[in-house]
Amino acid sequence: MFDRRLIHNFDWGLLLVVLLLAAIGLTTVYSAVTADPPPAVQKILFYKQIIWFALGTIVMIAAFSFNYRLLDRWAHPIYVACLLLLLGVVVFGKLAGGSRRWLVLGPIHLQPSELIKIAVVLVLAKYYSKDATTRGFTLRELARPILLTALPFGLIVMQPDLGTAGLVALLAVAITLFVKVEWRSLLMLVLPVGGILPVVWSMLKDYQKQRITTFLNPDHDPLGAGYHIIQSKIAIGSGLVTGKGFLQGTQNALSFLPEEHTDFIFSVLAEEWGAVGSMLLILLFLVLVLWGMNIAYRCRDPFGTLLAVGITSMLALQVSINIGMTMGLLPVVGVPLPLISYGGSSTLTVAICIGLLMNVSMRRFMVE
Amino acid sequence: MPDMNRYIKSVDTDWYKQRVIAMMMFVLVAFVALVVRLVYLQVVMGEDYYRLSMNNSIRLQTVDPPRGLILDRNGTKLAENRPSFDVSFTPKDAGDVLKVLAELSSHLKVAPEDLQQKVKHSRGLAAFRPVLLKQDIGRDTLAGVEARKIDMPGVSVQVRLRRNYLHGLNASHVIGYLGEISLDELKSGDHPGLKSGDYVGKFGVERTYERFLRGNPGGRQVEVNANGQIMRVLRTVSPKPGNNVHLTLDLELQELAERLLDGVAGAAVAIDPTTGFILALASSPTFNQNAFASGIASATWETLITNPYRPMENKAIQGEYPPGSTFKIVTALAGLEEKVIDENTTFECTGALHFAGRDYRCWKKEGHGRVDVRRALAESCDVFFYRVGQRLGVDRLAWYAKSFGLGARTGVALDQESRGLIPSSTWKKKRFGVPWQDGETLSISIGQGYVLATPLQMAMFVGAVGNGGIRHRPAILNRVESMEGEVVFQAVPQEIARLPVSARNLKMVQQGIWAAVNGDRGTARRVHLSDIEVSGKTGTSQVVGRKDVGDNYVPPHLLPHAWFVCYAPAAAPRIAVAVVVENGEHGSSAAGPISREMVKRYLRRLPGGQKVASEDIRVAYAGNG
Repeated sequence: MFDRRLIHNFDWGLLLVVLLLAAIGLTTVYSAVTADPPPAVQKILFYKQIIWFALGTIVMIAAFSFNYRLLDRWAHPIYVACLLLLLGVVVFGKLAGGSRRWLVLGPIHLQPSELIKIAVVLVLAKYYSKDATTRGFTLRELARPILLTALPFGLIVMQPDLGTAGLVALLAVAITLFVKVEWRSLLMLVLPVGGILPVVWSMLKDYQKQRITTFLNPDHDPLGAGYHIIQSKIAIGSGLVTGKGFLQGTQNALSFLPEEHTDFIFSVLAEEWGAVGSMLLILLFLVLVLWGMNIAYRCRDPFGTLLAVGITSMLALQVSINIGMTMGLLPVVGVPLPLISYGGSSTLTVAICIGLLMNVSMRRFMVE
Repeated sequence: MPDMNRYIKSVDTDWYKQRVIAMMMFVLVAFVALVVRLVYLQVVMGEDYYRLSMNNSIRLQTVDPPRGLILDRNGTKLAENRPSFDVSFTPKDAGDVLKVLAELSSHLKVAPEDLQQKVKHSRGLAAFRPVLLKQDIGRDTLAGVEARKIDMPGVSVQVRLRRNYLHGLNASHVIGYLGEISLDELKSGDHPGLKSGDYVGKFGVERTYERFLRGNPGGRQVEVNANGQIMRVLRTVSPKPGNNVHLTLDLELQELAERLLDGVAGAAVAIDPTTGFILALASSPTFNQNAFASGIASATWETLITNPYRPMENKAIQGEYPPGSTFKIVTALAGLEEKVIDENTTFECTGALHFAGRDYRCWKKEGHGRVDVRRALAESCDVFFYRVGQRLGVDRLAWYAKSFGLGARTGVALDQESRGLIPSSTWKKKRFGVPWQDGETLSISIGQGYVLATPLQMAMFVGAVGNGGIRHRPAILNRVESMEGEVVFQAVPQEIARLPVSARNLKMVQQGIWAAVNGDRGTARRVHLSDIEVSGKTGTSQVVGRKDVGDNYVPPHLLPHAWFVCYAPAAAPRIAVAVVVENGEHGSSAAGPISREMVKRYLRRLPGGQKVASEDIRVAYAGNG
């Protein structure tokens, strides 16, 4: 039943890159949670992350052990299920720090906004793979993908979680641009958004702007946000070429870094391992992303190609947004760094992504 | 479909390959941007950032906003802020930690071992952080520490504003107190920008109007040198002070009420019936709010919560008592409106009503003779109201009581308000699973049995009877002003409903309770004032059934609760009062005089407050008396 060719075609290279990244991730999480006293409380997060990686391995194996073409058929049910979970979060979710992002199911705290990213990739890949043309998609043909994106986007904004909502939107934009949009339709989409929004924004009074930004991002505080960015930049910059050494980061140790084990984990790594370490990490991520693109390149089935493109875009977006944010290039939004940041839902989501990439990769020669 | 336009071609694998290559280019550009930025931070600017990180020199200091003041209606300060001083210690700066702590312990009068205990965990990098050793040291201690600071490196003193209640024992339940923000409150997201260790309102107005009082914290990003001295301020946001909250309370009346309640458990509420504004809301025994200013000692807390007279309970809004004969006002209005009685209906009182094999007694053993509704109210005849209750039935009575605002929260802006209870037949079926007994209706119609009311509910109700039937939402907040005197909020009277009774029937009841105070045989003659006409009703609410104790000795904690509700001046009331004295036995002797003193004090000071009652109320009673 199990085709020998599958083992032969297994993507060992991708696995190696992922394992390297995961190892760096665990090391950095260890450093981030150890430095902050009292260590006894924090260290448990390190052990939990090991468990998440173990679970991730199982999830990854599950994600490549079936033929990914089944997902073409199952895309919509999966999407609807994820959407319902998301709706559940808005209604019943656990309130933390002013927003509802988690669904509490016994001991498991699920973050459906992570899962919905994969579901969006699935439905868009399914839709676009059917009748892509060299002309590109017209406005009318785009109505459905826009709706499919707007629903989860709206629900995530209501949580509110600006970072993830923006990510879902960017992800949809990336996949859509990949399959090409007819140029007049593109203009009609870009002009209103690009033209009207700044005008509306400039007409708002200061306190209205403030209200909108605080609504979208409750963690935001005028002094604190700028402070976090300064501290993050100091941490990264002070790493110099070779870094301060493992567990020697002063910025990290003195808790100058906000969310050091999740959103700002790159700063911890850059401080302790310097340009050498951070370049290595960025290089590994580049390899990962290009590897994913190469899987799309070699895939001969439109759905598989789009699936690989979508998943790889998601990883690429998260990496550049997260690292860009810690270096002060982008606003502070809560987007985790794949395979590095601490977190259950995000680790499992990345595991599914990797599993699906392997799935497409190992079945590229199998034609139905 | 593709055939319809020959320029549109279906895509093939090669087309996808081209797109993938384009996307790879795009990714490359993005990653190159990241690398360029990284090189800029770590190589070009690296030395600068390294210096900043090694000096650990940028610090974020929050500047707490001064909390808004709380004042009474006349502008008398009830709560203000005072500077207090906390001593902290940074082990890394100390050199010889033990020597410094030994020196410090003599100033703080704390054993050196206790201080060492507190800094025990500050090793390694944690030694850079200051540890709070003692809060709120006195001025003398401060002087001592400051004078010897040179010999105690690492010791620092921080100024912090703490709450000071100028009348620490007055209106404690209304004003409330602050406490350190709890983990749950932090997680709730209701207090953005606060961190653990910050103080928030925990009880009373301090809690309800936290949003007005708090203000916005400011902060500074500063660069400090190795000695911790500020070299440069990078950025400043000044704190925005909280707004001042002016309450509707009248401190003088509040103090008087509390003094009169001293030594007993009970509550007194005074409102302005023209607006629904609360003038006094006293609950006895009370507690000292200043004990909470820098975290209450657990022993003090223990005595407060184990005290059998429940000082932490605001009895004016949380205490539920059977309203006793004060409830006869409700029964009278309901009877008149439902036309089961009218102006001329009389019942014969022989001292008891025999019903269902049992004697329902009147408080007056020898009986009142024939009484009409006015006399029944004035002399509080139980038998008259038993008969009215019989004719009404419990459910009609309950409908009126509920539309008078009983059995529901008044909506006052204080936490933990009780609902009271207005029983009905469906309620009893649901609660106990057994049908309503007609005998129970008799108890309810004189305010005994299941019926429960809070002092505030009764004050609001009697106020509405006096003002011609307008029910207000009680207000405790009069005005909110910013530090600059700009009015942020101004309370206006909030009418929520009218008593569903005709002016004629209301007048009859007003005359009845006027006579209770001013008539020859009224049960509240003790409350009579020579220059002010008061209308009121006494009440005695059984703690145990009358038949259970008979005429024998009753232990003090089973004595009935004493009630008095009133308003004055009778014709155009400016104040309405409800008083409960737990186990005070008789409304007229225990609760009445307290109400009288409050009315007297308030109206004698108020311009035009002593206006006498209009003739029709007086004459009407004389004609029937």
